[in-house]
Amino acid sequence: MALRQCAIYGKGGIGKSTTTQNLVAALAEAGKKVMIVGCDPKADSTRLMLHAKAQNTIMQMAADAGSVEDLELEDVLKTGYGDVKCVESGGPEPGVGCAGRGVITAINFLEEEGAYDDDLDFVFYDVLGDVVCGGFAMPIRENKAQEIYIVVSGEMMAMYAANNISKGIVKYANSGGVRLAGLICNSRNTDREDELITELAKKLGSQMIHFIPRDNVVQRAEIRRMTTIEYDPKSKQADEYRALANKIINNDKMVIPTPITMDELEELLMEFGILEEEDESIIGQTAEAEAV
Amino acid sequence: MSQTVDNIKPCYPLFLDDEYTKSLSNKQQTFEERHSQEKIQEVFAWTTTEEYKELNFKREALTIDPAKACQPLGAVLCALGFEKTLPYVHGSQGCVAYFRTYFNRHFKEPVACVSDSMTEDAAVFGGQKNMFAGLENARALYKPKMIAVSTTCMAEVIGDDLNAFINNSRKEGHIAEDYPVPFAHTPSFVGSHTTGWDNMFEGTIRYFTLNEMEDKQVGSNGKINIVPGFETYLGNYRLMHRMMKEMGVDYSVLSDPSEVLDTPADGEYRMYAGGTTIEEVKDAPNAVDTLFLQPWQSVKSRKYVKNTWKQPASSINIPMGLEWTDEFLMKVSELSGKPIAESLVKERGRLVDMMTDSHTWLHGKRFAVYGDADFVQGITKFLLELGAEPTDVLCAHANKRWKKAMEKMLSESPYGKDTVVHTSKDLWHMRSLVFTNKPDFLIGNSYGKFIQRDTLQKGKEFEVPLIRIGFPIFDRHHLHRMTTLGYEGAMYILTTLVNAVLERLDEETMEMGVTDYNYDLVR
Repeated sequence: MALRQCAIYGKGGIGKSTTTQNLVAALAEAGKKVMIVGCDPKADSTRLMLHAKAQNTIMQMAADAGSVEDLELEDVLKTGYGDVKCVESGGPEPGVGCAGRGVITAINFLEEEGAYDDDLDFVFYDVLGDVVCGGFAMPIRENKAQEIYIVVSGEMMAMYAANNISKGIVKYANSGGVRLAGLICNSRNTDREDELITELAKKLGSQMIHFIPRDNVVQRAEIRRMTTIEYDPKSKQADEYRALANKIINNDKMVIPTPITMDELEELLMEFGILEEEDESIIGQTAEAEAV
Repeated sequence: MSQTVDNIKPCYPLFLDDEYTKSLSNKQQTFEERHSQEKIQEVFAWTTTEEYKELNFKREALTIDPAKACQPLGAVLCALGFEKTLPYVHGSQGCVAYFRTYFNRHFKEPVACVSDSMTEDAAVFGGQKNMFAGLENARALYKPKMIAVSTTCMAEVIGDDLNAFINNSRKEGHIAEDYPVPFAHTPSFVGSHTTGWDNMFEGTIRYFTLNEMEDKQVGSNGKINIVPGFETYLGNYRLMHRMMKEMGVDYSVLSDPSEVLDTPADGEYRMYAGGTTIEEVKDAPNAVDTLFLQPWQSVKSRKYVKNTWKQPASSINIPMGLEWTDEFLMKVSELSGKPIAESLVKERGRLVDMMTDSHTWLHGKRFAVYGDADFVQGITKFLLELGAEPTDVLCAHANKRWKKAMEKMLSESPYGKDTVVHTSKDLWHMRSLVFTNKPDFLIGNSYGKFIQRDTLQKGKEFEVPLIRIGFPIFDRHHLHRMTTLGYEGAMYILTTLVNAVLERLDEETMEMGVTDYNYDLVR
């Protein structure tokens, strides 16, 4: 099977890293060879695989060694649960330097050092929530990730972010092979959440590939720095991740997304009762004027 | 192809030898997929037309042969003007190599300037480590009295904070608490070399005076400060010293690199020479006023002088040509209470005499000009005074206010009524203008020589000779030592212009029995 490279995007705090690692654990359990590349200066994309606080990052080790050229692949690549290869790009402290450049440097390093070897089935890039600059779009440049999965929930800002990420994908999709492969709904237990995300996915020309219900076992596993698959393989939630993994293995619905306008998104939210109809008569009215 | 010791030919005429011409034409035919000579000629001819000019001026997304350089280049020149000061550029190494060679080629002098060589990891983590090691090493190795820090694009794109980095360098003991390190952010992708000069100058005076203003009193030292701006004619610095001395006015030239960029060959290498002292900078707020010789490019510094030093920063024009030199000297006289020096009055008289001697040759001659904002304005003004007609004047980095001021100035002279002012345009635009408006001469830096070559290609009668006044001048020697400001500078410019006219006339009338009826001994 040819190497499939996938990138996971989504609003910050939506549960990208947790979802990615549980998904990867399920893939590994199914016998797939997988690598996770964390593309976030926080470096928390591999901790559940490694039972570690945070893995040493490529950029940190490069800084310690003097330059990236002084690093070797085995220094940065750790093996975790299910023989999953783990690597974190890392980056600067908040407020200094350029985190985006760190992602570019790290991925270039992995390519040059041959981290993407032939017996890998999947590479997953777990990318910082907001694609704030070109560096964080590195994973979806030509010859990198071809499949994008967006983690989303039934909350307004998460859906807004998903739509924005789709806009970003369109830019790259027209010139290259990158495609939107589906929305993963990481449930927040909002009303009619699955219907809402299915509808959003439809509007984007894509699919809701799986609905992951909320379950506290995920948090219990996380406290132990483990995935649910590893911590409680018999749990119902573990089966959900297995189902997601299976759908991704068999997924062939790759599309150039059709992002919607702000108005369309608001309409959708109103339809599902998340957003109230706007009262335009009060716009720009001061308290004083309103009192009259 | 081998050369012998007894007869070493330089590339011209060596490449005219048979074996080279054969080799070159073989290369063209085999590898270059060259179009036929007729096709090349056809396209070339098209690029000289009015039609092409129209298209050229519609160009949006491309700059060809920009008539400006980048900010840190200006910052380095500014830093070189202070005593025992090492220009230090925070960012990429290659940029600094470029600044050094650029000045080397113009001044024919070594230029000391260092970089903290940021590499890939510095781009990700920020360049603070580089700053720590760079400041410590530069101070230990080259023993400057102060280090003036500017930045390249790389540091600016990632948002490195010079103030914090330099303060941290002190805290961590890489440099002493009181070691002077003025600094300026000079992103190359904003403004031009003149913006960089202004930023570095403002950064320097801010560093030495911002928190030292309590004991300062405007006028208490009786001096006049003179700020040259991005000035590459060393004679202009020397002129300022001379005129102020002749006027008997106490003064400071703030940033004066005329020594370090013109050191003698006496066996001793001087990394530092001359320059404005730190004491002079610290004392500068006590002056009567600060005069900016190139006001269009000194906006930020002038604002600082007004707001912090509380000096009037009197509005003047670049003292180029007759009237604006008068204006400058009268302002100095007004500020100092000293009368205009006799020697300068006499010098003025000589200039006027020269202008009347030459005006018959310059009257109605048409010149296209490009360069920095103040220079272009000054030389345009002087051309009008000489009765010459500017055709197109171009400044890449000037703003709309400059354009308006230029147009107003031109409208006040009969010789300026057909002049067109261009901003945000490049030398490829100028090339079109030179073909379609056909001035008699083009005034600018060395890059104009390619425009001259192209005009000659069209035919001898279309050739527009380049008169080299500006920066950089790479292909003529020692012109950087000349003077372009004051009466003295006007004499140099006048001499250069009128002799270019006469040489051209000789060239055209040299044909025996055809045009030599006008090939006169006396002009």
